[in-house]
Amino acid sequence: MYIVIIGGGKVGFYLAKELVEANHEVLIIERNATKVAEIEEVLGEIAVRGDGCEAAMQDRAGVRRADLLLAVTGEDEDNLVACQVARHVFNVSRIVARINNPKNELIFRKLGIESTVSATSAIMSHIEQELPIHRMISLLTLRRGFEVVEVRIPSESAIVGQPLRDVLLPHQSLIWGIVDAEGNPKAPTAETVLHAGDEVVAVTLQESEEALRTALSAPPPDRSF
Amino acid sequence: MRVIIMGCGRVGAELATQLDHDGHDVTILDTNAYQFTRFLPESFGGRKIVGNGIDQDTLRKAGIEQADAFIASTAGDNRNAMASQIAQHIFGVPRVVCRIYDPIREEMYRKLGLRTTSPTRVGAFLLREALEKDEPKAAGSDAPPPA
Repeated sequence: MYIVIIGGGKVGFYLAKELVEANHEVLIIERNATKVAEIEEVLGEIAVRGDGCEAAMQDRAGVRRADLLLAVTGEDEDNLVACQVARHVFNVSRIVARINNPKNELIFRKLGIESTVSATSAIMSHIEQELPIHRMISLLTLRRGFEVVEVRIPSESAIVGQPLRDVLLPHQSLIWGIVDAEGNPKAPTAETVLHAGDEVVAVTLQESEEALRTALSAPPPDRSF
Repeated sequence: MRVIIMGCGRVGAELATQLDHDGHDVTILDTNAYQFTRFLPESFGGRKIVGNGIDQDTLRKAGIEQADAFIASTAGDNRNAMASQIAQHIFGVPRVVCRIYDPIREEMYRKLGLRTTSPTRVGAFLLREALEKDEPKAAGSDAPPPA
């Protein structure tokens, strides 16, 4: 395949390296002469100096016969224009754009560039997977080892629908207040029933935080055996 | 008319000043706050917003959803082209004008439905016109022609 890469930064360089190793014909268009020299030092004569957003440059680079164009500069607007030139002037059918602002994914799609890759989105989705889903937010640290925390009650929690008197809290923990899903604050009583989406503000000892989180958000034990 | 101008350089600031003077509701955007003090007169009554016009959150903050017109006049063709397309195709601003220096890129975006203007083409035309109209004068004379 003939693959044209717009942007010879780190992403462009390592993509080119991988693609050359996979026996593809690769050309990098890069604006900065120093970067072009650095690429050629390592990968041979596969880089050309120029503005990859200019139609004249893309023409010289043979974009017309490219099987694939990758726009991977660090600027979303440059990648968009490079892709639009390749699509509308040279009819390249397979185009991939790198984007930084995840919100630009939708904009690129509406402007005809369907295939985008966002490092920001990829890292965000990893972070979301790594974080506990029903996290506890620490609001305030008090003296003598106490902590004020907030927990949102998840829908699968065992205590959904239970009155507070039936909820077993860890030692030295106390529920201070509840803000329901509609945003109404409530003072807890023994009869207060907890609902999914309630935000519970509680005082607990630092060493009991995890136990409190489990008490408020863990699903009922599996009794199916 | 509610107008958003992206890019507070000489051209953007001059246009913003004129439109503000004529009574339009003007919002001007630039990534660099210094540009506002550098190019806008003290009397400028419009809104000044620091931010990037290719960021839809910034555009919302500038009131793009209610804007009657959007003008892209930063020094970057690509930024202008992207912001104008967002204004026109995502937010449906009725009048969008985009400055693009590169005549080839300008032609492409005109074909794609943007209202574009190329200072390169216009500037070259005006200079050429001035040159061709100009009668050769005595050496060293660059005084304006008599009124």
